[in-house]
Amino acid sequence: MKLDRDQVLHIAELAKLGLSAEEADRFTVQLSAILEYFELLDQLDTGAIPPTAMAIDQHNVLRKDSAGASLPVETVLQAPRTIGQFIAVKAVLD
Amino acid sequence: MELYELSIHEALEGLRSRQFSSVKLTQAVLERIAQIEPKTQAYLCVAQEQALSSAEEADRRRAAGADATLLGIPLAIKDIICTEGIPTTCGSRILQGFVPPYDATVIRKLRQAGAVILGKTNTDEFAMGSSTENSGYFTSHNPWDLERVPGGSSGGSAAAVCANECLGALGSDTGGSIRQPASLCGIAGLKPTYGRVSRYGVVAYASSLDQVGTLGKDVRDNALLLQVIAGHDPEDSTSADKAVPDYQASLLPDLKGITLGVPHEFFGEGIQTEVEQSIRQALDVMRSLGACIIEVSLPHTRYSLPVYYLISTAEASANLARYDGIRYGATDEQAREIWEAYRRTREEGFGAEVKRRIMLGTYALSAGYYDAYYLKAQKARTLIKQDYDRAFQECQALITPTTPTPAFRIGEKVNDPLAMYMEDICTLSLNLSGNCGISIPCGFVNGLPVGLQILGNAFDEVTILHVAHAYEQATAWHLQKPAL
Amino acid sequence: MPYEAVIGMEVHAQLITESKMFCHCSSAYASAPPNSHTCPVCLGMPGMLPLANRRAVEATVMMGLALHCAIPLFSKFDRKNYMYPDLPKGYQISQYDMPFARNGSITVPLEQGIKTIRIRRVHLEEDTAKLTHQGGYTLIDFNRSGVPLIEIVTESDIRTAEEAWRYLVALRSILRYLGIGSGNMEEGAMRCEVNISLRPVGREELGTKVEVKNMNSFRAVRQAIAYEIERQTRLLEQGERVEQVTMGWDEANHRTVFQRSKEGAEDYRYFPEPDLPPIIWTEADIDAIRARLPELPDAKLKRLIEQYALKADDAYLLADERATADYFEVAAQACAGVVEAQTVANWLLSELLRLMRESGQELSANPVTAGCLAELLKIVSRGEINATVAKEVLAEMVSSGKSAPEIIQTRGLKQISDADQLRQMVEQVIAANGQAAQQYRDGKDQALRFLIGQVMRQTRGQANVSIVESLLRELLAR
Repeated sequence: MKLDRDQVLHIAELAKLGLSAEEADRFTVQLSAILEYFELLDQLDTGAIPPTAMAIDQHNVLRKDSAGASLPVETVLQAPRTIGQFIAVKAVLD
Repeated sequence: MELYELSIHEALEGLRSRQFSSVKLTQAVLERIAQIEPKTQAYLCVAQEQALSSAEEADRRRAAGADATLLGIPLAIKDIICTEGIPTTCGSRILQGFVPPYDATVIRKLRQAGAVILGKTNTDEFAMGSSTENSGYFTSHNPWDLERVPGGSSGGSAAAVCANECLGALGSDTGGSIRQPASLCGIAGLKPTYGRVSRYGVVAYASSLDQVGTLGKDVRDNALLLQVIAGHDPEDSTSADKAVPDYQASLLPDLKGITLGVPHEFFGEGIQTEVEQSIRQALDVMRSLGACIIEVSLPHTRYSLPVYYLISTAEASANLARYDGIRYGATDEQAREIWEAYRRTREEGFGAEVKRRIMLGTYALSAGYYDAYYLKAQKARTLIKQDYDRAFQECQALITPTTPTPAFRIGEKVNDPLAMYMEDICTLSLNLSGNCGISIPCGFVNGLPVGLQILGNAFDEVTILHVAHAYEQATAWHLQKPAL
Repeated sequence: MPYEAVIGMEVHAQLITESKMFCHCSSAYASAPPNSHTCPVCLGMPGMLPLANRRAVEATVMMGLALHCAIPLFSKFDRKNYMYPDLPKGYQISQYDMPFARNGSITVPLEQGIKTIRIRRVHLEEDTAKLTHQGGYTLIDFNRSGVPLIEIVTESDIRTAEEAWRYLVALRSILRYLGIGSGNMEEGAMRCEVNISLRPVGREELGTKVEVKNMNSFRAVRQAIAYEIERQTRLLEQGERVEQVTMGWDEANHRTVFQRSKEGAEDYRYFPEPDLPPIIWTEADIDAIRARLPELPDAKLKRLIEQYALKADDAYLLADERATADYFEVAAQACAGVVEAQTVANWLLSELLRLMRESGQELSANPVTAGCLAELLKIVSRGEINATVAKEVLAEMVSSGKSAPEIIQTRGLKQISDADQLRQMVEQVIAANGQAAQQYRDGKDQALRFLIGQVMRQTRGQANVSIVESLLRELLAR
């Protein structure tokens, strides 16, 4: 599976990752090589095999609903940018 | 013998018999760090003042008649593990200046056991790499040959243990990140079973594969450290609610009644001949200690590399989405609007390998490719896990090389990601199955240490510690130290 | 050409829990200062792990059961990946292909009868932070981040704005019956998104779907859907195309406005949440949760009509809130054999609930318990006071907290039924109103009403009207 440069830029946008032109070129080549190597998996018939999401058997790990302490607001407000008691970012413009 | 040369269990004897104080010991190690650090660059941050005040506290506790498993022992912590009041960067520029307001559970447990935290060791950025060359700050050096890598991603911890810049260390292992640097630095490094040690406060790379483990000068030290950090943690839903056995008690001198399996898939092509020879000789030693050696097969091992990289990068693409420069960490100041701020913060904050893996994982999960890549990998993971389950019906532990070659030169593989990925070919599959493993030194090739990997069944750290200890005591490779 | 609307709804409802979905922060953030209910987990700090809230998980299953859903024995959480400043981890923990409940239904009453709307799924996820805008900046309050949220998705069975509104009312009613949510849209505890497409009546295939968001009240949902149906009808009638877009409801101008195009659908890259093991139920687990379900609104409605012979409209009003229905039943049972259940319902719905609205009290928190109301109604039925006085008494019971007998006693409101006492008064009234008396004698029956009124005024309404009337007739006939 080869990736083209447009796909690389599309993926970068999904991941909100800025790439320089040089990086986009390099990643196109490198990711294509990696994906080509991964074609090894095509040799494996996994039709009837169930997927494994977790290495050990665990289920129903649930916590009691009880409230505890939150962080002091001063700690939360050590964020890079704050306005009043809010954390602030450059505007979201939809 | 200098105090910094002591193993943990040796130092505990000295502390308990009042031969020296924790302050004395900690000072000796801090001086060693100051002297050696220009050569190894193992640490990202040395917390000298906190370390000394912890040592004083340990001495006070001891003077008051108290004792604890690690009371007064100075340790190094991989910078992927959160430490309250000590910067935690994960080797990434994007977390420059981040000081967590919390301790990881393993740090809390270490502190309760009386350990002294010396500082934070270098790592490949977000634990993604096999050499520390992907650190956002600098590359650490292998104490056996400063031109070579110490391995990674827990390379700083391995180098620090090897160079006597700490008595022991914590690392994390997602695809071999403890065992591979332990192998390259000639020390003992243990990856516990997934779920054995809490991941709370351990910065996630690939959540279903990450596990905190130990690096030590010998096997006994690993057992001691594991004893403290292991156990169920209600703050981690994937932590196993299983009793923790006495690991010291498992360190028996012979291997009578033990059956060891040798999976042929880990030998031959791709493995350096001298490395294989070292392993074969080690098997002879184990046989002489009473072990029964049999051939076994893990037929799906060859698929573990693509499976590992598809699953780990997919999880990483989500785990690293939180680094947006809004709530903590480094942020871009120039951007005019929010999406530009996101892109630039992440462009500037992440290094090339992290970007590559985020891209790969994002792609593997994206619409139209999920089934072909991510789901396929999860199914193949089932087959890999079944291989291990079958093998452990025939034997109690598996013996393999830890790495295909000894330490490689700095810069040798940086421009070839796939070649770098191959470095972990012997260690990856264990994280996919969730089982435990340890790497210990088993010889030298051209003056560089060779690592032997012992793989165990789920939650059977006892057996691999036993086998590793018996072999270590019979050979004493661990006593060889680099000339620095 | 007549068109038919095909509507599907996605409702998000916050669950009432003590703590958030995945951390120990209190979820009661409503009047808290910004960012005061946050912790490393709900701020998405490095190394933090989610811990699933059992009460929220069980509440989701309860909701599923209440909506007659199948509860799969295996379900799991997934990560929904998208980056936005209100989402601290860059992904939302949600459920993708294995939700806690699926394939259910809900019934809603319409004028033409009961309608069944199919429920596609109910799943559990975490709420996002709240964003506000100020100058060139977006301000983030993470207090809401991580509050448990269920999403209820219908099949496209809804056809009109009225049905959508009835559906929301029914859903809110169930949330409250279960005690798991307030369903309050004004406070944002319940939010909904509506998909609307139009097709010619009788046609099977669907038209282009338009999504409508940003409705902050039940009324707004009804208005927005009605508006959108009209807008799309106009477009189609003019031969134009309906674009696949997201519209927002503009409350100030009462219209839907274009928000964004749906071209290039989002790619959420769902995958199983590796930090949370799956949930595997046994049949016994589900039965145990089922056993905790109260009687639900539809069953209660049916039973109220059958057991108490109530008018359907009144039973529907009573069944909407569990507290109202419970109140009614206690009062009706206390009155059994003395006062008809329908009378109890009338008093509750038209008098007491009006007083509650006027004084801003909750029925359950007001001093007039169901027993108190029953006592008052029994006093009326014994003829000790009449209905007019009883209304005053009830108002005072609400405002003062005193019992009916106490108020009647201290204010001397007891009905005067003593014929001798009344005879005197009637005589006085006839004497003082000679003109009216004459008019009555001349055959003007209306004059009698006037004279009764005069007696009632003198007795401040306490006179037994039927005795007064017969006395007047008797004395005027002389």
